[in-house]
Amino acid sequence: MASNKYDLAMGIGGEAGQGIATPGDILARIFVRRGLHLYTYNAYQSIIRGGHIFLTVRVSDQEIYSHGDKLDLLLCLNQDTMNRHLNLMGSGSRVIYNADNITPGEFNEGVHLCGIPVADLSQSRNRLMQNTIAVGAIMSLMGVDFEVLEESLSLRFQRQGQNVIDENVRVARAGFEYATENFVPYYDTLPDGGKPLAVWAGNDAIAMGGAAAGVKFYCAYPMSPSSGILHWMATNARNLGIMVRQVEDEIGVANMAIGAAHTGVRAMCGTSGGGFALMTEAVGAAGMMEIPVVFINVQRAGPSTGVPTKTEQGDLWQVLGASQGDFERFIVAPTSALDCFNTMPELFNLVDKVQCPAIVLSDLLIGEGRFSVDPDDIDMHPHIDRAGLITEPAPANGYMRYENTESGVSPRALPGVPGYVHVVATDEHDENSVLISDEFTNPLKRRMMVEKRARKFQDIVKDIAPPEIEGPADAEVTLLGWGSTEGVIREARQLLADQGVTANQLAIKWIVPFHVDAVTDIVTKSKKVFIVENNHSGQFYRFMRSETGLSVDGHIRKYDGEPFMPHHVANGVKELLAGNTEVFVPDQEVIV
Amino acid sequence: MTTTESKEGDVGVVALTARDFKGAVDPDWCPGCGDFGVLNSLQRAVAGLGLQPHEILTVSGIGCSSNLPGYFNSYGMHTLHGRSLAVATGAKLANHELTVVVTGGDGDGYGIGGNHFTHTARRNIDLTYIVMNNQIYGLTTGQISPTSRDGMKTKSTPFGSVEMPVNPITSAIMNGATFVARGYSGDVRHLTDLMQKAIEHKGFALVDVFSPCVTFNLDNTHNFFKDRVVKLEDEEHNTGDWKLACEKAMEWGETIYTGIFFQSPDSVSLGRREPVLDEGGPLAFRELGLSEEQASGIIRRMM
Repeated sequence: MASNKYDLAMGIGGEAGQGIATPGDILARIFVRRGLHLYTYNAYQSIIRGGHIFLTVRVSDQEIYSHGDKLDLLLCLNQDTMNRHLNLMGSGSRVIYNADNITPGEFNEGVHLCGIPVADLSQSRNRLMQNTIAVGAIMSLMGVDFEVLEESLSLRFQRQGQNVIDENVRVARAGFEYATENFVPYYDTLPDGGKPLAVWAGNDAIAMGGAAAGVKFYCAYPMSPSSGILHWMATNARNLGIMVRQVEDEIGVANMAIGAAHTGVRAMCGTSGGGFALMTEAVGAAGMMEIPVVFINVQRAGPSTGVPTKTEQGDLWQVLGASQGDFERFIVAPTSALDCFNTMPELFNLVDKVQCPAIVLSDLLIGEGRFSVDPDDIDMHPHIDRAGLITEPAPANGYMRYENTESGVSPRALPGVPGYVHVVATDEHDENSVLISDEFTNPLKRRMMVEKRARKFQDIVKDIAPPEIEGPADAEVTLLGWGSTEGVIREARQLLADQGVTANQLAIKWIVPFHVDAVTDIVTKSKKVFIVENNHSGQFYRFMRSETGLSVDGHIRKYDGEPFMPHHVANGVKELLAGNTEVFVPDQEVIV
Repeated sequence: MTTTESKEGDVGVVALTARDFKGAVDPDWCPGCGDFGVLNSLQRAVAGLGLQPHEILTVSGIGCSSNLPGYFNSYGMHTLHGRSLAVATGAKLANHELTVVVTGGDGDGYGIGGNHFTHTARRNIDLTYIVMNNQIYGLTTGQISPTSRDGMKTKSTPFGSVEMPVNPITSAIMNGATFVARGYSGDVRHLTDLMQKAIEHKGFALVDVFSPCVTFNLDNTHNFFKDRVVKLEDEEHNTGDWKLACEKAMEWGETIYTGIFFQSPDSVSLGRREPVLDEGGPLAFRELGLSEEQASGIIRRMM
């Protein structure tokens, strides 16, 4: 723990089915209600029972942007967790485990082993009670009054009745008291951060951002790690008046969203890379028919089925190349959960203005991670601009859906409105929708329509705020990342500063349109530029090079399925500065 | 009063004829193509039902027959190959006051779009699906389709097909469709009647139409059907009996039945089962954004 900052991270490990989520959730809620900042990352496997799950919960009285570098507490719900992770624990850390059936092995100097006689304390056959006892012990170690936990347990088990609440409070108290009598508490007690915060996952934030933007149609086929969006939407559908459908496959999903969007609702759909592959043809259809619709790809480790429960930034070129032919589409990679939320209203205003599809590239790290957020930072009533959508009847007067205007944007009327009857088509078509793909093929008209659609994007980059340098302008190193790496790079810069290396960062969010001028200006002015990305081949680097012609001084890449920790990036910077390598790939220490 | 109806007052409701549903251009189908009879029947059907062009959305996939929306005066979507039902489902849910008619061919609907056919039927969404079934791939110049007969010789089966065809009627019934009919494009009057009943049906309605390809299918020609089709209504048939419907649909010899094979008397469409559509009119015309109460409720649950 840093001297002036409360910063504690705990790892909770066990097998699927052991109820890891419950203590994790109870603790998370206690922390945010106390106004503390939270960052959680759950490393899990594609298995419903068994295997190994490792949940990292980091809490601080200041803003935190990653799951951190070290663990102060390890809660072992099984022997496997002890065997895997005890070696990670350093001096001053606590290791909590059920002394009835878990044995610690070799451990580092200064580690406090906190075995609890669970059977004695619980007097219960319910295996899950060891979790509650452990939460009680953790509260004692953190110096939190038992009443805080009692209140939290009451809320958590409210729906299951008083008996369940009483039983949990009883065993939690036993764990709390046992720890108070037998273990040494942390020197710093859990502070009070003041104003209560809220907790959400990036998937929740995308769904909420959509709802706030006026989305009335969401559909999906279940796919990790994107299903959280579907679950949020399904839970809130009836209350918010949103049509939510689970569809037979992602081809159906994408096309259904297009049908809904054409009829006039704001519509979106979500998936991961494999499902997005099936949606691909429809992305181009939305481009050709000029229908505003949003596709969300919450990336996981590929290719193919890949590692369904692990994170990666490996789908950039997939979405860049999604669908045949030239057409206009936005591609945006939000950099945090709050950014996920804020991106959606902005994106829907843009697609309504330009009448084209958009792709959101999130990933497992921010999609499924749970984070604290200040409710006042969430604008639930964002600006909504549908850009002159025609919804009122008018006398039929030569309306042309694809009129060749100066801006390239044609007047858009909704089906059902008298006076604007028209057809939209995936075949190339004339201004008046007549196909120019068969009987009326005409190269001059074809060229006109291609140019009309392209003009819509000519100046669109001006509508979007360019990326900016964060940190000292004259830094030795500029760390360039995109999407979800923004947070871990920010923390790596602090680590580097502590070690005497000044670094600033450029977090890229908008891929298409790309801020060529702003990025070129920043990169050419920087002393040394290292690109940080969660993939093997440097997908963003190759993209940036194709757009700007720029090259950079080194790369930090990770593609083992686990996200970067701050020291991975910091170590990479030092190795690159020393000239030891051009591409630094950190070793993952937490093996899950 | 519905949103679209309320807007009619501004333009005045005039009784329309089939001619008023003629599209911007004439069909480019081969002379003698069965699809002319289908287009004709649809124009008569909607005129007969008193519908206005702006109240209708036609949605098609890709193929000769899927060009229909361009030849028909209504709102239309000419979508991707096989995806018309998915697009139409989204469109209908977003504006459930539109009359949504989906048109396409047998390859589009029963082949590449087969998965959507199955699931759209079981969802029982209120769509009318008209399949111009010519038992061949025409636009790609003559290969077998999912409904081509065993033994059929085409460019892709020069020695004769060794696969059995799908039966659209029994498939639709098994998938849970609540209105299943078959027409013949050579009998426009009968087909018009079937289409009207399909449009009026509250739920998913399939009208599979024998629509001969005069260029590439020399087996299933007008002459082939003319001598064989028998209307179910000319015999005793109980449209509420799905087993009997399947038996009749399996007949494929000297007698081939047309007409309504099956109609569920107690069909409740998806839109009627979905509470989100209960009040407030079509989603497409509702206010965007959250109320203060909705917004604070969401935040509260995150605390």
